[in-house]
Amino acid sequence: MATLTASTVRPAGSRRMPGVRPVVGLLAVVGIILVAWEVAKWLGGDPWREDSFLGTGLRLYHNPPFDWKPVNDINLPHVWVVIGAFFETAGGGTILQSLIGAALFTLRGAALGFAIGAAFGLGLAILLVHVRVLERGLVPLLVASQTVPIVAIAPLVVVGLKAGWLGVAIVASYLTFFPVTIAAIRGLRAADARAFELLRSYAADRRTVLRQLRLPASAPYLFTAFKISATGSVVGAIVGEFPAGIREGLGGAILQSMQYYSINPGRLWAAILVSAALGIGAFLLVLAAERWALRGYRPIEEGMA
Amino acid sequence: MISGSSGQIALVGRPAGRFAARVQGWALPAAIFLGALAAWELVVRVLGLKQFILPSPVAIANATVTYFPELWSSARYTAVEIVGGLLIGVVAGLLVGAITARFAVLRESLLPFGIAANSVPIIAFAPLFNNWFGIDKQLSKAMVAAVLVFFPVMINTVRGLRNVDPAALELMRSYAAGELQVFRRVRVPASLPFVFTALRIATTLATIGAVIGEYFGAPALSLGQYIARNMSYLAVERSWAAIVFASAIGIALYLGVVVLERLVMPWAAARASER
Amino acid sequence: MSEPRTRRRDGGTGADQAVVDLRNVSKTFGGGRDAGVRALSEIDLSIGRGEFVSLIGPSGCGKSTLLRIIGDLTSPTSGTVTVNGKPAPRARLDRDYGMVFQAPVLFDWRTVQKNVELPLEITGRPAPERRSKARAMLDLVELGEFAGRHPWQLSGGMQQRVAIARALALDPAILLMDEPFGALDEMTRERMNLELLRIWDRTGTSVVFVTHSIPEAVFLSTRVVVMSARPGRITSIVTIDLPRARTVETRELERYFELVTEVRESLRAGEDAGPPGAHGGPPRPEDDRVRVEGLSG
Repeated sequence: MATLTASTVRPAGSRRMPGVRPVVGLLAVVGIILVAWEVAKWLGGDPWREDSFLGTGLRLYHNPPFDWKPVNDINLPHVWVVIGAFFETAGGGTILQSLIGAALFTLRGAALGFAIGAAFGLGLAILLVHVRVLERGLVPLLVASQTVPIVAIAPLVVVGLKAGWLGVAIVASYLTFFPVTIAAIRGLRAADARAFELLRSYAADRRTVLRQLRLPASAPYLFTAFKISATGSVVGAIVGEFPAGIREGLGGAILQSMQYYSINPGRLWAAILVSAALGIGAFLLVLAAERWALRGYRPIEEGMA
Repeated sequence: MISGSSGQIALVGRPAGRFAARVQGWALPAAIFLGALAAWELVVRVLGLKQFILPSPVAIANATVTYFPELWSSARYTAVEIVGGLLIGVVAGLLVGAITARFAVLRESLLPFGIAANSVPIIAFAPLFNNWFGIDKQLSKAMVAAVLVFFPVMINTVRGLRNVDPAALELMRSYAAGELQVFRRVRVPASLPFVFTALRIATTLATIGAVIGEYFGAPALSLGQYIARNMSYLAVERSWAAIVFASAIGIALYLGVVVLERLVMPWAAARASER
Repeated sequence: MSEPRTRRRDGGTGADQAVVDLRNVSKTFGGGRDAGVRALSEIDLSIGRGEFVSLIGPSGCGKSTLLRIIGDLTSPTSGTVTVNGKPAPRARLDRDYGMVFQAPVLFDWRTVQKNVELPLEITGRPAPERRSKARAMLDLVELGEFAGRHPWQLSGGMQQRVAIARALALDPAILLMDEPFGALDEMTRERMNLELLRIWDRTGTSVVFVTHSIPEAVFLSTRVVVMSARPGRITSIVTIDLPRARTVETRELERYFELVTEVRESLRAGEDAGPPGAHGGPPRPEDDRVRVEGLSG
């Protein structure tokens, strides 16, 4: 009953409040995972041999009662080992510094790829909405295009075109455009039929209908797709770096630290965590843009396009 | 979901030739696809592109025939990973999603976590999975696919189960229906469109996840390794042949979901066809 | 079922025979930080078996809230609600209610027949009984031939008749209707009014009916409860002494017009008595609910 009244009396005007509760909840889950991580290592990891725990002088010796391979120090390093890896020095700076540099490099490819993909995706949708025959003919092929494993496309574009990070951007755009196109087709048709009739009564041409009605009506749909695409562009940028042998980005950093894994597992974890942060950061950026752009919009039920 | 009061007076006659309509629906994409292939072939020939930059469709077809046995066994190996990962990820996503939808505490913690995790490039974890589950084991790639699949399925399950008309809940309350009844008769049917959207996405994600997992290390006879190896030998048409197999698996699974959707939600298909 | 009783029955009397008895019922929304919105204030009302009582009043007078309190969809902040001689929650658990909302709230994934069977499934009736009972209810609302269709294949008026059939499937002691015809066009609405009276006549159930329409309230009811807003309370109860058998001609009787005028004047009196600024005040829960339904419909 509580949920019922809560949902019944919600004023229609307010978009979901950017409350702190989800953030608290998110941090709680992360905290639980970290605790479970160390508990698992306490129970079944390698022996703990810390002569001075985190520099506090605390001596931490412990022999776990079990021996579980997945949680040994190679497969699951201690949380503080991973954190420590950020502050190791390599090539004139800390790992953290070089990873941030790598993240910015990857972000450049991802951002350009996102822009290309979003523009192409929206343009394609506008075309398809106006030419129905093309819509029926192309949409199944677009769906099929997304089943082509991106890792297979990446070398063709990046190596084949010798395009460097521009090639990376193209790979990123390949993962970006599809959600945008599908959502935009729906969004461009989402306006009330009566609104179309109203504009028709003004003898508005297609361009006016597009600008005054279709595009504004599609905005909520577009942002739902952008949130998916933001991740897609980061994935595309990282994957695009793998086969091209591009060393400057996060993809390169992951490949590189993979080679040192048996000596220094913390490094790969550090690279992965920065990749995760970049993905979440890109998502939050789009979320913020959405909040700003859709201030006056009626809240809609969220779903994945 | 729920028929509104603005119901349209339907009673529209069924489309006369269902079969004919269906053939028409497929003919156009097929024609466009073949046209694109022809254009591709033409571009490669006219520009005289080198095989290792962009192989022509004919060359790819040749490679497919020539190397069919090894491609076939690679595809079978990878297909097991994809399907396995899909099953693990979907089942886990549905279960966790259902539990999350039920409890407010979980909706405010696991759901934001899931959304955050869904924006993480999970393929970056692929090398770790190889370490955990064995680089030569199919399980390690299946798990990459499963994790990729898990989050969209979980998020959409939660959203679908919560996406219920408040009036429908009041109706059930007025019948003093138990929670299980509400779940079975209202929430689950209402969530199906959301769940199937996620399942469609999941088929593609599982394919990508498994192939990328293999890229970081797998037996030679797997699609990911086959693509990577031949790419580095500049036998690009053989890589493309493997890509064709990978896509075929992805498309087959996608169509499988579409068929399943028709079976599970016949009303949705019927409704769409009457519009 | 006993012979429907149509004669006057004022608030507070004859509670033993009453199907609904409200005593000193108040409802405040929100509360918490600010004072909260007082939706209902000290409502006393008794509804006899077989009566047809309409609740009418301006937006925000709490008539929907009152209906939902009777149906135990929300609980009063204070006061007692007795339905069929027991507390409202008990009555709900005993499945004494049939609810009809403004939107039909039919499930797309079920056929019309299966939609009507829903409450019978929930109460665990055996399949043959479910089928025959749902069939009978559909025949009652004259939709028997549409049993195999899906809700979206029906017009708005037909959908609402399915909802009524569903509400009657459990032979409820009381039918609660929340602006059931509010979304229909005038002509369909008048037809549905006659239809509803016919069904009421056949089943002898008691009806509580929320509406915005004065003519509808007068035409259908044995009594019209006029409410005013902020806080919601009963201004007057108009007994409708029109002949029991109502037809299209009823709307042309002089007495009908007199009663319509009486209800209208009661409404206006309530408006004048209420505090100033009757519109554009704080958020009114009832309105928001309607809007949410409209969105999801």
